[in-house]
Amino acid sequence: MDRGERTAYVTIVRKEVVRIFRIWSQTLLPSVITTSLYLLVFGKLIGSRLPLEQKVNYLQFISPGLILMAVITNSYGNTSASFFGAKFSRSIEELLVSPMSSHTLILGYLTGGVLRGVFVATLVSLVTYFIGGNLELRHPFWALVILLEVSLFFALLGFLNGLLAKDFDDINFIPTFFLTPLTYLGGIFYSMDMLPPWWQLLSHFNPVYYMISSFRYALIEAGEDTIMLTFIFLPLLLTLLYFASYYLVQKSSALRH
Amino acid sequence: MSSWALEVRNLRKVYENGREALKGINLTIPIGDFFGLLGPNGAGKSTLISILVSLTRKTEGKVRIFGVDIDEDFPLARKKIGIVPQEFNFNIFEKVLQIVANQAGYYGLSYRQAKERAEYVLQELQLYEKRHEQARVLSGGMKRRLMIARALVHDPAFLILDEPTAGVDLELRRQLWHYLEKLNAQGKTILLTTHYLEEAESLCRHIAIIRDGEVVACKDKKSLLAMLDTTTLVLELERPLKRQISLPGVSVNQIDAETIELTFPSRVPMSKIMKLLERKQISFCSVKNKTNRLEELFLMLTQKEESHG
Repeated sequence: MDRGERTAYVTIVRKEVVRIFRIWSQTLLPSVITTSLYLLVFGKLIGSRLPLEQKVNYLQFISPGLILMAVITNSYGNTSASFFGAKFSRSIEELLVSPMSSHTLILGYLTGGVLRGVFVATLVSLVTYFIGGNLELRHPFWALVILLEVSLFFALLGFLNGLLAKDFDDINFIPTFFLTPLTYLGGIFYSMDMLPPWWQLLSHFNPVYYMISSFRYALIEAGEDTIMLTFIFLPLLLTLLYFASYYLVQKSSALRH
Repeated sequence: MSSWALEVRNLRKVYENGREALKGINLTIPIGDFFGLLGPNGAGKSTLISILVSLTRKTEGKVRIFGVDIDEDFPLARKKIGIVPQEFNFNIFEKVLQIVANQAGYYGLSYRQAKERAEYVLQELQLYEKRHEQARVLSGGMKRRLMIARALVHDPAFLILDEPTAGVDLELRRQLWHYLEKLNAQGKTILLTTHYLEEAESLCRHIAIIRDGEVVACKDKKSLLAMLDTTTLVLELERPLKRQISLPGVSVNQIDAETIELTFPSRVPMSKIMKLLERKQISFCSVKNKTNRLEELFLMLTQKEESHG
């Protein structure tokens, strides 16, 4: 990446960060509030009465999943909304007429998505800490790697959604009908042992299950250790999605007729 | 080094729905020119401009910007162009300075350079006082100027303006004309599309008329206007006419008692018309061209084509 491309990349990232903080009540606050409510209602009130065959309490058990859910929602939402917004207002043309390469454009938006994921993860972790999740960091390196990989993965999915979307309904369709069900059924609130065998089997086809499970294991060493599986397969998916995005930016009529 | 700011050879564009927007266009614009591109709606002007700035993919043909082939070195070609599109295409929630400085950043200017350069162009376009305002609060004219500022922030050698004065009041339009003339005098090549034909007549040195994806005329302004066969003058008379008059070689149309229209071949010198009027003892207090000359030519060329079709 030459100096001009680097400057263009930094400009997109700066613009994205300014946007995140300019509309912080839409980008940062909602996850803090929903996580607080989940922790209070499920963690404190209901969770204390649930039988959990784990060495951690229920509040600790759900905290990693809640952090990752916030990361997934925000990384995805940032790139899809920001990129589609730029397409809708046609301000994307500012980037398309400039000398920057498609790689710079994609990486700039992805970094914006990852940064929002990281900001929200930090805030949600603080909430978890203060509400009493007593969050541990058993494997900080792996926790960070998984968090970044997951954030990047969903930022890429969001970018693809924003790229292909034709109206605002298309932006809401994937999160409502795919992302939310997969996340909720990914084992944030329950342990696999609590499910009937058929449901357990089905859950193993849900990619979000492995992400949550790995992140939980990296933080509190509870549940199934799927770190290596996530660490190996997620980069493969990331590479695939990245090149799909690059191809679409270069060749499809989504941006250039 | 090429002596052309723009060379377009056999440029074709066929959209996915099969519509052929450009049918093998050839066009050259000399460096330092003020070039007008005219044509009715849907003629292919915006498609051509979109191809030049990489917003649309061409189907066939070659485009060179200052000798740089857009297929071979697109970053260099794009650096040489500044584009002012027809429609507002900035994020209205961003601040004015941010919009312009970001654009500079996309062109590779460091944050400090981008800010300095953005402040400079905003001053030039009298938007400096508004630099910390969100773009949505600007008036229509200010938004137009913002788009020009944004196009100029990386100091391009070639400025493309797609109907920059659409919906702008007369005073601001004149200001923009002066500013564009100043930029051209500083050496920037300008390509202008406009619906205000007097704008093209007043500013441009060369003009191309495009219709149905084909260039139907491309000449220097003088030669183009010489293509007009007739001239029509409207005369406001000092005294009302008592009876119908006739002048040899001139078609006279009496609008009312004090207004007449004279239509005559363009090659007839004006002095001869004046003598004919004098001989008939017709004195007038004002005279004007019935229509803008370029407008007349524009209609002639585009309608001619229509009748062929």
